[in-house]
Amino acid sequence: MSLRSPLSKAQGLGSAKHGFSHWWWQRVTAIALIPLTLWFVYSLVCLLGSDHAQLSQWLAQPINASLVLLFVLTALFHGQTGMQVVIEDYVHSTWLNLTLLLSIKFASVAMAVLAIISVLKVVLGG
Amino acid sequence: MAEFTLPKNSKIKAGKHFPAPEGATNVRSFRVYRWSPDDDKNPSTDVYDVDMDHCGPMVLDALIKIKNEIDPSLTFRRSCREGICGSCSMNIDGTNTLACTKAIDECGGGEVKIYPLPHMSVVKDLVPDMTHFYAQYASVEPWLKTKTPVSPAAERLQSKEDRDKLDGLYECILCACCSTSCPSYWWNSDKYLGPAILLQSYRWLADSRDEATGERLDELEDPFKLYRCHTIMNCTNTCPKGLNPGKAIGEIKKMIAERAL
Repeated sequence: MSLRSPLSKAQGLGSAKHGFSHWWWQRVTAIALIPLTLWFVYSLVCLLGSDHAQLSQWLAQPINASLVLLFVLTALFHGQTGMQVVIEDYVHSTWLNLTLLLSIKFASVAMAVLAIISVLKVVLGG
Repeated sequence: MAEFTLPKNSKIKAGKHFPAPEGATNVRSFRVYRWSPDDDKNPSTDVYDVDMDHCGPMVLDALIKIKNEIDPSLTFRRSCREGICGSCSMNIDGTNTLACTKAIDECGGGEVKIYPLPHMSVVKDLVPDMTHFYAQYASVEPWLKTKTPVSPAAERLQSKEDRDKLDGLYECILCACCSTSCPSYWWNSDKYLGPAILLQSYRWLADSRDEATGERLDELEDPFKLYRCHTIMNCTNTCPKGLNPGKAIGEIKKMIAERAL
């Protein structure tokens, strides 16, 4: 039985005094993803039936490589911020919460690095 | 963790049936949630058949008739019977609302189902424990805070235009229909303030006479206190006073954005 007052429980540890930037960047990346996704889907449709050489040639163009990277990195960042919200909403066990939050952060950074290296490899003709 | 099934001792069992008096021709059934802390029984739903020819038009009229004439053990809060005190908030016909302003005719066909406000600890029958909700209200310090001294004999003036900004906010009666309809509040009410308290908080942020706006925003800018709102809008759909807590929360987010950008 807790003898803490209801007000003390409601106040908890007080305000974290942050949360705006997370909320803001989730929306900024959502807006950025609208044109990027449209472009990406359009490009995939145009590239239907291409062989490996044609695809590599397409991706080696600076404009295509830049847009592919912008799309992948923005999507990863947006997905990571969104997953964080889902985990904070539903997972209340401290250790599971922390494990999942760290996992999605590590995974998204790893995928971002992989995407950058892969695109660079094609662009630099590796 | 979000709960998808009820704990064993919360599973609802079939309850008693109280038939209408003989000769009643205009009968409506009310299925009401019952739970008492005085025994170890699971909650149940009792069905009361009420003679509508001798009953007022509102759901609260039926509840009072049941308590007076059929089953005095039925427990619920009520006071003003005109939608201004917020006591008789409950879940009626699947929606959180005030029993006193909800017409029985407005409820869908068949039984009228009456449950306590969702995801609140139940004290007894239709009476939820509001302790934490009120403590959260106290935590936003819902009073005028000023620094400019004014003589006790003088007033703090407000233009008509600034007073108009409080319309749609001051009418909130803290019945908790909105907060207890919000999934974010169900899962995280320990930290998330919920729509009712955030609307009340915005009532002071929107007040031209208040001089603690920055401090109030500091206290609200928190991933849980404010940003658990995902604009689900159940709050606005259910508010029995026709207010828009979802918009008030949006205005708070806009104020925080405005000072950061």
